[in-house]
Formats: sequence, C-alpha cells, structure tokens
Amino acid sequence: MTVQTELANVAPSKLSVNAITKRFRTRGTEVHALDRVSLDIAEGEFVCLLGPSGCGKSTLLNIVAGLDSADEGTIFTDGKLIDGPGRDRMVMFQESALFPWLDVIDNVMFGLKLKPGLTNPERREVAHFYLKLVGLEKFMRANIHELSGGMKQRVALARALAPNPRVLLMDEPFAALDALTREQLYGDLQRIQQQRQKTIVFVTHNVREAVCLGDRVVLFSPHPGRIQEQFKITLPRPRDINSVDLAEHASEITKALKGHMKSDTEVAE
Amino acid sequence: MKRFLSAAAFFATLLIIWEILVRLNIWSPVLVPSPLTVSEYLLGAVRDGTLYDAAIVTLKRLVLGYTFGIVLGLPIGLLTARFKVWQDTLGLLALGLQTLPSVCWVPLALIWFGQTETAMFFVVVMGTLWSMIIATDNGVRSIPPIYARAARTMGSRGLHTWVKVMLPASLPFIVGGMKQGWAFAWRSLMAAEIYVTILSGFGLGHLLHYGRELNAMEQVIGVMFIIVVIGLLADKIMFSPWERFLHRRWGTQGK
Ligand SMILES: Nc1ncnc2c1ncn2[C@@H]1O[C@H](COP(=O)(O)OP(=O)(O)O)[C@@H](O)[C@H]1O
Ligand SMILES: [Mg+2]
Repeated sequence: MTVQTELANVAPSKLSVNAITKRFRTRGTEVHALDRVSLDIAEGEFVCLLGPSGCGKSTLLNIVAGLDSADEGTIFTDGKLIDGPGRDRMVMFQESALFPWLDVIDNVMFGLKLKPGLTNPERREVAHFYLKLVGLEKFMRANIHELSGGMKQRVALARALAPNPRVLLMDEPFAALDALTREQLYGDLQRIQQQRQKTIVFVTHNVREAVCLGDRVVLFSPHPGRIQEQFKITLPRPRDINSVDLAEHASEITKALKGHMKSDTEVAE
Repeated sequence: MKRFLSAAAFFATLLIIWEILVRLNIWSPVLVPSPLTVSEYLLGAVRDGTLYDAAIVTLKRLVLGYTFGIVLGLPIGLLTARFKVWQDTLGLLALGLQTLPSVCWVPLALIWFGQTETAMFFVVVMGTLWSMIIATDNGVRSIPPIYARAARTMGSRGLHTWVKVMLPASLPFIVGGMKQGWAFAWRSLMAAEIYVTILSGFGLGHLLHYGRELNAMEQVIGVMFIIVVIGLLADKIMFSPWERFLHRRWGTQGK
C-alpha cells in the first residue's frame, strides 16, 4: 500500500442502530440509560446527538464504538454487526485522552502503527498529513502538556482521522474549550468533513453547536434515554455559529428541549 | 554555576568549622579526627586498593539483588493491579512486608543462608521487591481508564496495551518505586555488611565495622563519606535522566 492510496478518502459508512437497550446496575439501583433506541445514519451524514446530561448519549456512542455492549438490540455498519472496537470507527473523547508519554506526532502514529500494510516512514508521512490538516505541523515534536486545550483537541482529531476511519465518533469534544477556540474548531471540523467525507456522530448538550455542525439533530430525553424528536438542518455550509438563521433553528430546538423537560418535572411531581 | 558556587561555599564552610572545632581541642582527636586525618585515610585506602575493592564488592551485591528485585517486582505489581486474586494474596503480602524495615530481614537471612553471598542477595532483594510491587500496583491503578479505552479503539489489545499504554502511563510511579527500592536496598545491605563478616567479599559495611573495632574514627568517617557519595552518584546517574524525561514529557513539577 502506498501513502497515496492510504490518504485517499474511504467511503463513509452507513450506520443502523436497531432497538438498543442498555441498563446499568450499581449497588441495588438500576439506571435505564437507553430504551429501544433506533436510528439510521446515512453515508457521510453528520448527526448530532443532543440532550441534557444523563440521557444516554455517551452510552450510545460507546456502544457504536464497540467499547461497551448493549443489553438488547444491534448496530450494523454497512450491514456488518458491530461486536467490538474497529479501525473503521474512531473515537474522540471530551478530555483529549492523548498519551502524555508520547509527543504530538507519536500520538498520531499510535493508531497508525497498529495498522498493517505500511512502513514506518510511510506512517510518519501520513501522520504529517493529518497534523497539517489540523494546522499543527509545526508542533510535531511538542509534548502534550505544552499544548493549549484547543491544540490538544486538534491533535486528538488528527489521531482519530489518521487510521482513515469510515466513521468518526465524537463525545462532547469541544465542551471544555473557551468560546473563541470552539468557534475556530467548528470551522475546521466543517472544512475537514467536506474534505475527508466521514460519517460523523457528534454528542453535545449545546443546541447551537448541534445546529452549527449537524445535517441532522437528534434530540434525546432522559429516564429512560430515548429519542424524542429529530430535526433536519439544511442551512448552507460553512455555517457560522453566530448567524441569525442558525439562531432561529436553535431556538426552535431549545423550545422542544424545554417543553419535554417541563413535562418531565410535571411527571415527577 | 551560581548554584555550584553556593554549594561549594557551604561545604567549605562546614569543613572549616570542623577543622576549627578539632583545633580547639574540645574532644579527644581519637573521637573527632580532623578533616585532614580523614582525607589521609581515604587517600591511603584508595592507593592500596582497599576502598576500590570494598566498593566493588558492595556494588556488585547491590546491583545483582536490586536488578532481580525490580525485574521480579514489576510484573508482580502489574498482576496485583490487574487481578483480584493476586491483589488479595501477593498484593496484601507486599503491602504488609513493605512496612517492615528492610534491616529486619538480616537476622532471618543469616539463619536461613548462613554467612554467605546468598544471605546478602536475599536482604537486598527483600529491600527492593516489596516497594517495587507496591509502586507498580499504585501506578497502574492511577491510570485514567480513558487511556486504555482510547488505545482499544485504535486497535490495541492485550500485551500491546500493557507494553505500550499501561507501562508508560505508570512510569512516574514506577520510577518512584525504583528509587525507593534503591534506597531501601542500599540501607539494608549496609546493615547486613556491618552485622556479618562474609568471607566471600569484604564490602564497605565491613570496612566501616572494622573501623569501629580498631577504634579508627578516621576510617569510620571516611567510609561514611564514601557511602554518601555513592548514594548521591547513583541518584544522579540512575534516576536523574528518568526524572528529567518525566518532567519534560509530563510537565510535572520536578527538580
Ligand atoms: N459505567 C456506568 N455505570 C453506571 N451508570 C452509568 C455508567 N455510564 C453511564 N451511566 C448512567 O447512565 C445514564 C446515561 O449516561 P450517559 O450516557 O453518560 O449520559 P450523557 O452522555 O447523555 O450525559 C446516566 O444516568 C449515567 O449515570
Ligand atoms: Mg456524556
């Protein structure tokens, strides 16, 4: 395999989530994290899972990643049953989860080194390509603790992209960043999505963020975790988080979010 | 350079105070020899090779037992961190024995192995092993679970995860454990050597012991000085590079 074929875009996957149920049992109490959640995601679609914390978004993402298993239900990527982690689905976590004992480029190389069919100089070239894509080629040899929060998440993005997955799973990757850095990353992520054409599942509790990034926003409700409503976002790209059109969509979704939270408290009373 | 100068000035002052106290004749020179007498002894011992031979004997014992303790302790620590059965058995044993001052192994070693190299080896291993197990165990337990999860999504499994993720992630603890193990081993070996004469080798501890027997205070102080120097050198040569690496990569506040 050459670097050129390795760097070529792979076809994004179709995801099909079928009636996933997941319960957590801890010392007597049982949390019903997901209740028969079904969702179809098209090739190359950017889907945002939105909802208040505790409604099972991370749980679903981890099951898609193959890090956790569902109690009931199945998930297929391109018709293949998911039963564990795979290089076709890479994950980006809220904390960067970068390895502090490796420098920037070796972090990006970690997954590449586990990918057969490439020589080490080729892997280095590939890692270099992705660091350039996220704008950090100058920081190849930097240590992780020397990077800002935003730079860390860029490295994490490069690391997730490097093995050339078909699906990118992102769990509130920008939640810990300041607003300005976040806005930059929204732009970068949209650009990279256009360029690399991944299927992206993006978890967030920020309505504007979801509208800014998603082709579709899937609204979750908690106790038990279910899909409440879905919104297609057809705004042209690249989208600006501060635009008026975006704010209108966001307020519509916020209304739906608040509406169900109110009914939720009413039930509790 | 400035730090070197202040250190040099400090130790020079110490020597001068010492010399003055000796000159004042407060104590008998048999009890408190002058720095000059001590350095004369050291020079003599260096020239006739006693010091060199003794240091080699001691260091050989130390390195042998220490290496063995580390090499044994590391995998055991990984196992106690990973498996409940190991944690509840060997892990508990290590936790208990680590609190035992390693000098306490000397009488037992003598009864079991007699006045042999094996006894010395045993004492050094006991000094190293337990703290190495505990440190490795602590290190592995302190690793954020997200590292292993992230590695798993990138295709890392089993042994690869252990060697490429768990081990380096717990490196700060492991180096700490190696350092503590070294300190314990060094102390317990000195105690053992002072306690017992072993015909197979005459170490620094013996040199110290015979200084006492002969009432040769300059020898006692001279050998103590050498022991301190070796301890310092070991720290600088063996552990400083690691600590610098950790400091650079992790950005932890070190020296
Ligand atoms: N490993 C776990 N053990 C026990 N409970 C868990 C675990 N992971 C998640 N939960 C529970 O499941 C529910 C959904 O969690 P999560 O998927 O993290 O929500 P979200 O990501 O939407 O904030 C929460 O109530 C949480 O407390
Ligand atoms: Mg979450």
